[in-house]
Amino acid sequence: MEQLSQLLLAFIVFLSLYLLGSSSLTGCVKIVALQGMCLGLLPLTIHEQGFHPRALALAAGMFLLKGFVIPRVLLYAIREVKIRREVEPMIGYTPSLLLGAFLIGVSFVISERLPVPAGLRSSLLIPVSLATIMMGMLMMISRIKALTQVVGYLVFENGIYLFGLSISYEIPWLIEMGVLLDVFVAVFVMGIVINHIARAFDSISTEKLTSLSD
Amino acid sequence: MIYLFLVGVPFVAGLVALAVGSDERRPWILPVGCAIHSSIIVACWRNLPEPAVSGWFYIDALGLLVLSLSSALFLVCSVYCLEYLRLRQERTERLFTACLCFILGAVSLVCVSRHMGLLWVGMEAATLAAAPLVHFNHNEKSLEATWKYLMMGSLGIGLALLGTFFLALSALPYEGHGDPLVIDTLLTRAGTLSVPWLKGAFIFLLVGYGTKMGLAPLHSWKPDTYGEAPGVAGAILAGVVTSCAFLGLLRAFQICAAAGLSEFAQGLFVLMGLLSMATAAAFIIGQRDFKRMLAYSSVEHMGILALGVGLGPAGTFAALLHLINNGLTKGVLFLTAGNIHRAFGGKTMDHAHGALRRVPVSATLFLLGFVAITGSPPFAPFVSEFGVLRAAVNGDRFGVALGFVGLLAIIFIGMATTVLSVVYGVPNKDSKVVHGDSPLMIAAPLVFMAAVIFLGLWLPDWLTAVVGNAAKLLNRGAS
Repeated sequence: MEQLSQLLLAFIVFLSLYLLGSSSLTGCVKIVALQGMCLGLLPLTIHEQGFHPRALALAAGMFLLKGFVIPRVLLYAIREVKIRREVEPMIGYTPSLLLGAFLIGVSFVISERLPVPAGLRSSLLIPVSLATIMMGMLMMISRIKALTQVVGYLVFENGIYLFGLSISYEIPWLIEMGVLLDVFVAVFVMGIVINHIARAFDSISTEKLTSLSD
Repeated sequence: MIYLFLVGVPFVAGLVALAVGSDERRPWILPVGCAIHSSIIVACWRNLPEPAVSGWFYIDALGLLVLSLSSALFLVCSVYCLEYLRLRQERTERLFTACLCFILGAVSLVCVSRHMGLLWVGMEAATLAAAPLVHFNHNEKSLEATWKYLMMGSLGIGLALLGTFFLALSALPYEGHGDPLVIDTLLTRAGTLSVPWLKGAFIFLLVGYGTKMGLAPLHSWKPDTYGEAPGVAGAILAGVVTSCAFLGLLRAFQICAAAGLSEFAQGLFVLMGLLSMATAAAFIIGQRDFKRMLAYSSVEHMGILALGVGLGPAGTFAALLHLINNGLTKGVLFLTAGNIHRAFGGKTMDHAHGALRRVPVSATLFLLGFVAITGSPPFAPFVSEFGVLRAAVNGDRFGVALGFVGLLAIIFIGMATTVLSVVYGVPNKDSKVVHGDSPLMIAAPLVFMAAVIFLGLWLPDWLTAVVGNAAKLLNRGAS
């Protein structure tokens, strides 16, 4: 089990890195869906009482929501607005890949210095979650298409969820459900707004959203 | 049970609003729902309800203060909405009405929850429910504002979740102590919390909830959002949602203070507070758009709140008082700004000029609101701002006091230029009268103004007692 969870965590970082260098919008959504599925499986492998009914229910909810429902919403938005590729982002693909690799290093250094709580199964959990959070934020800041910004937000949220896994047995499942529901509604609302943006501007580049400033 | 009603009544009202088919009857759901909500709160004032669901729900003095302010603001704004929605019949108001109800429900959840995770869920729900309000006008500018609001809001609220997890980690190991995110558990175990994780938690919660409050440098969404949202949505966002975000921050501070980290947290509060005031001062000068000007004023007052809490017990008392005063005065300003905006069909000094001749009552209230918010006696914000200043001077923080007064003066001058130009003078001949003053839309800001004057002249004992108790909660651990 230990090795399986290490493997999943490594795969999650790899997927975040892959996203940083990917230009196809549908590709981005599919990768983030895959990442969501990996996240769904993690609670089963990372804790001692892996196949606990509660863990199973959470894993199933996570798997469905992040692996299927949210990507569906985004893919629907892409179909509606008929745009396939991210234009040249503010930070190019190669620099963002290098930056991503650097962020992974940084998060390992940071988590070395943090006092690791006792009873954590996988030593990779905290560095991977920090790296995923930072890469998600990088995507949110550096991408121009509204849709890739949402994908960035999802990666960011996945990283935070990973962090939460380190304490998930102490957090009541109701709260976790609330968090999941909020994320879903957030993406849903963003999807609607993207549609409005596409209709108003005939494009989903946030470059057009610059009329308000001081 | 009472908690269920507080959160449930607005939520059900929202669902009813979604279901009702008639555009004429639907707006009436708002005042009815808000009135029921307010009457439950009056019952809470008489005797505070017991904690429920293993300590997850409880209203302490701090929660009661924010909840009462929110409910009162909602009640008055709902009356304003009746008339406002009648004027804006070209827009379907189904989502607008429902989302206002949902915000009230989410905000009630934030105020009554004693669980940091649940508090987060409520805050996120309030953030999301406010997005359709910002987008109400359905034009390109409001779309841009909504997008920025959503992106910044989601990022901030995500970081607050991370801070909440840090908080749970700081309480390791958990054996036999109960849920690590219930505030009372954290408070009783404050001495044993891991300091590095707790510091991290406070920083992330400060950044996260600070984004929702609009503390500089995390305020960039605020001018766009308040500028494009309808006036009544601005009043709700600036008075209610920001106050709730501040409540989240105060909960984090409460735990830090109990763990003996109050100096660390207070230092950060003072820094963010002065920075917010300085940012507001820089952008308020020469601001031609009076709704954006109000947004920067909101940034300033969030800064004053943070600064007050950073200055110790006396400052905390003043800050909590200022929370109420700011909420009420923002109600006056945003509602009348909405009226003036409608009267001229524009919200910059180029369009709106000589409002006193066109909408005399709204313009007078706008002017009085400006005088009040910049801290002139006899209005209520003067009392609380003076309290913050006195706390700084008594604590020998002369640099802070000087900065505070200096920035207030700059902001006064900056706002005066815009407000006076909007209020006085002669309206452009070619701009046609769009809407004049109407009774309900004047009544609402008038009620707020009366409250602001009343609280400025006389602070009732019951209010002092609750604000005092709330301030005591926040300085329990401090010697």
